[in-house]
Amino acid sequence: MSNQGGVQYSKIAEIKGPLVIVDGVDNAAFDELVEIETTEGERRLGKVLEVGNGKAVVQVFEGTTGLSVSGTNAKFVGKVMEMPVSEQVLGRVFDGLGRAKDGLPEPVADSFLDINGAPMNPEQREYPKDFIQTGVSVIDGMLTLVRGQKLPIFSGSGMSHNILAAQIARQAAIIGTDDSFAVVFAAIGVQYSEAEYFKRSLEESGALKRSVLFLNLADDPAIERIITPRVALTVAEYLAYDLGMHVLVILTDMTNYAEALREISAAREEVPGRKGYPGYLYTDLSTIYERAGRLKGKKGSVTQVPILTMPSDDITHPIPDLTGYITEGQLVLGRDLFRQGVYPPINILMSLSRIMKDGIGEGSTRADHQEISNQNYDAYSRAQEVRALAGIVGKAGLTPVDLNYMNFGDEFEKKFLTQAIDENRTIEETLGLQWNCVSKLPKNELTKVKDKYVDQYYKE
Amino acid sequence: MVAQGKIVWISGPAVKADGMADAKMYETVSVGDSKLIGEVIRLTGDVAFIQVYESTSGLKPGEPVVGTGDPLSVFLGPGIIGQIYDGIQRPLKDLAAKSGSFIGRGITTTPVDMTKEYHFNPTVAVGDEVEAGNIIGTVPESSLIEHKILVPPDHQGGKITKIVSEGDYNLDTEIATVEKDGQTSTLMMWHKWPVRQPRPYLKRYDPTVPLLTGQRVIDTFFPLAKGGTGSIPGAFGTGKTVTLHQIAKWADSQVVVYIGCGERGNEMTEVLVEFPELKDPRTGKPLMDRTVLVANTSNMPVAAREASIYTGVTIAEYYRDMGYDVVLVADSTSRWAEALREMSGRLEEMPAEEGYPSYLASRLAEFYERAGRVQARGSPERDGSVSLVGAVSPSGGDFTEPVTTHTMRFIKTFWALDASLAYSRHYPSINWMNSYSGYLADIAKWWSENISKDWLDIRSQTYGILQREDTLKEIVKLLGPEALPDEEKLILEVARMIKIGILQQNSFDDVDTYCSPEKQFKLMKLQVDFYNKGQQALKDGASLADIRSMNVISLLLKARMDVKDDEMPKLDKIETDMIEQFNSVTGVKVQN
Repeated sequence: MSNQGGVQYSKIAEIKGPLVIVDGVDNAAFDELVEIETTEGERRLGKVLEVGNGKAVVQVFEGTTGLSVSGTNAKFVGKVMEMPVSEQVLGRVFDGLGRAKDGLPEPVADSFLDINGAPMNPEQREYPKDFIQTGVSVIDGMLTLVRGQKLPIFSGSGMSHNILAAQIARQAAIIGTDDSFAVVFAAIGVQYSEAEYFKRSLEESGALKRSVLFLNLADDPAIERIITPRVALTVAEYLAYDLGMHVLVILTDMTNYAEALREISAAREEVPGRKGYPGYLYTDLSTIYERAGRLKGKKGSVTQVPILTMPSDDITHPIPDLTGYITEGQLVLGRDLFRQGVYPPINILMSLSRIMKDGIGEGSTRADHQEISNQNYDAYSRAQEVRALAGIVGKAGLTPVDLNYMNFGDEFEKKFLTQAIDENRTIEETLGLQWNCVSKLPKNELTKVKDKYVDQYYKE
Repeated sequence: MVAQGKIVWISGPAVKADGMADAKMYETVSVGDSKLIGEVIRLTGDVAFIQVYESTSGLKPGEPVVGTGDPLSVFLGPGIIGQIYDGIQRPLKDLAAKSGSFIGRGITTTPVDMTKEYHFNPTVAVGDEVEAGNIIGTVPESSLIEHKILVPPDHQGGKITKIVSEGDYNLDTEIATVEKDGQTSTLMMWHKWPVRQPRPYLKRYDPTVPLLTGQRVIDTFFPLAKGGTGSIPGAFGTGKTVTLHQIAKWADSQVVVYIGCGERGNEMTEVLVEFPELKDPRTGKPLMDRTVLVANTSNMPVAAREASIYTGVTIAEYYRDMGYDVVLVADSTSRWAEALREMSGRLEEMPAEEGYPSYLASRLAEFYERAGRVQARGSPERDGSVSLVGAVSPSGGDFTEPVTTHTMRFIKTFWALDASLAYSRHYPSINWMNSYSGYLADIAKWWSENISKDWLDIRSQTYGILQREDTLKEIVKLLGPEALPDEEKLILEVARMIKIGILQQNSFDDVDTYCSPEKQFKLMKLQVDFYNKGQQALKDGASLADIRSMNVISLLLKARMDVKDDEMPKLDKIETDMIEQFNSVTGVKVQN
């Protein structure tokens, strides 16, 4: 260890994938921020993954390309990684590590916050129950989004998840309030065009000045992706709990995040869990997703819509699987619907919103909301069975009731599910469409709704 | 000698310290300058491997590690009911008071408020001989629980030489002194017990009493016995948590311990918001007055998640020892197993399947073996039980993964959740073909004595219809339903009615959320009657179309929601309607 002007530098002993092993360390802390300085004077950031016996294992966010063992120095900064925050971050674009990327100077910071955050005390959480109207019928009607919820979109390569997420970001509103809202968008290893689409979409709707963008694009360093969602959420928490805003966070694509995590785990030669992903993938993902929520005594909220592309559309792959165990539901895009040109191609049977029940009903949407939604689920599931059967025995082998269900299925997909990307439907319109669908069925098939609602809304 | 060492290595929740020759296995230690709480999990020479229950961010080699001399223990005494604890029994309310909305580090608190006064009523007098496990007094703890003050199980007993009179005392008060062989010891209203050591009991009984949960598919088809073990595995979105919440809400036990082990924060909040408002169906008192919550959510430190299961089960055993029936619900044991895996990985142990340590199976066995219906130690004589229900979250919904397969070896009731049922919104999505209960024969006697002697027979007939349908479904898939004769079509029809009218249960419906055993039996009996009458009607020349169009079907399907538990005559009315309608389709004149 050498001492230059009061700052201590340590020599690098080994470079291995995204990791460097620093020697002669006697005062480094676990999780501490590290500055790596190359012979050319270039500075990179990293953090301590493991420390002891005079050595520290450091993960370098910008990657280790071009680093050499000789001449490269590591400086331990004496604190964990922090994100400078203030109201001035609104309308700005940052890179994946939270540094200004739009050519403007760094915003003046009100405070510096640990990007890892801290776990919310469950006793201090406010249970999410404010209905968010997204204007997308299938979400509002059957998969309701609630303030403080984490509801991911499970997609596959090439499907319309970005269009859907952008539509949600543009249209999301709470009926009857004008609370201040903000959008935090974190691009994690996505293509330039996707990030640009999102930015333009916010710009056109005039929401950009209330948005914060963090961009780690496909050609940016992969290890930086570990940090991107964390800086984004740190800013979101600041806007929500310090400034009282309702923040919608969009994280895309979490699959790239998990892959970066796997890369580090492999470099550390850890015992892998499934498919080479580390055994702590669940815990690690939870430290991101669990940062959604509301708190007692605080005005704002953090609502998350993470997007992930399922490798080979496989929902049992570790990334969607572990995500689904943490998030409060999931919106699953269906390849079949997408191929048929249906937008949004949400497969309702595989999708779920866990805290929907508390955000809907009398006083927020309408008293029959839960029941009519259940009836549509039930009927659509039956319609799918009938379609499969019709594929084998032909329409002639179906009973009259079965044929009613076929009609229901068509009505449901064409009139209710399908909508334009700029179509913003009210909840009343959405519920009306749901009743139109079930009105294709005979009355006595409606076992999930109370008779009084059938009398009121069923269309003969 | 208390161990005093120094940190030499840190990696996440795992810390190595040297100079720890005096440390004992599973001793709790204070780690670093910020006094984080940790536990010794391996000793090599004078180097101790420590799992730390709080975030180690910012911890440095060279910082001190100090032993406490005690293994990880829980506080057992009045004030536990109604609390929400983290994995190592720190009240989350106190953590919030000290560190705000987010959980800080290095915070020490007491598990209950030691200054609060409780009304102690002695049940022994000076001169009485007591031994370990004896009740020496009672304290009203909540509207539902009378807390029994016990002589600690590891106490040597003796003669009471002093006991306070009835009155209000705080928890720092010495309430009694006991003398044995010239040695005097004092008793408090509380004691401590190491979490990894099961509490002793006198003897164990066979589980013959059902644990009623008000959930039809559980109570009627795959029952759990008091003191039994059950497991509920399912992929995400299949409704594990809702089912567990239903058990915690409606189970006919006196105490419920709910462990949120590595699960969602909002789910614990939901319990906290909902339970104080819900009324126990048997007593009308708030459910929170019988509930203890242990919450170590997924983003809280992973080592404390490992401890949370033991903290919860030790509290459950303590109330069992007072003579109560306790249900412990653990959501999810898979996350606990993952915590084991993570620590094992950091210890660089040789992994068995999927990176899990080789001792996963024995740890699961030890946990589930702490269930049981027992006679507690000491006098007066009393029986209590701990029933364990563990959720399993199999990766990818695959029941052949290690945690599910090992769990199946140690439990007797298996509620298999089925993603395809959940996708079609059949809740609870317990698959009736893949689930089983090993207690059916043991508890049939209870049903026959308390509800109806026909219970087992009617249940078998109902289940038989479902089994026939399962076979017929294969034929329908190939040939369509029209290929079947009418009597088999009727089986499909009645199976559908059983699924909608009995197996499905809406936990968000005010009436349907809880179903009394009487109503469960009657609903099932009506379906079986419908089936038998239907088959007879077909023989008598009625057409299937006529049977299908009977309006009693819709009444049968909606009865679970329309008929409250105290409106049983309404079901009798449905029965009369059914007889009349069958008579009219077969053209028989109405008798009597």
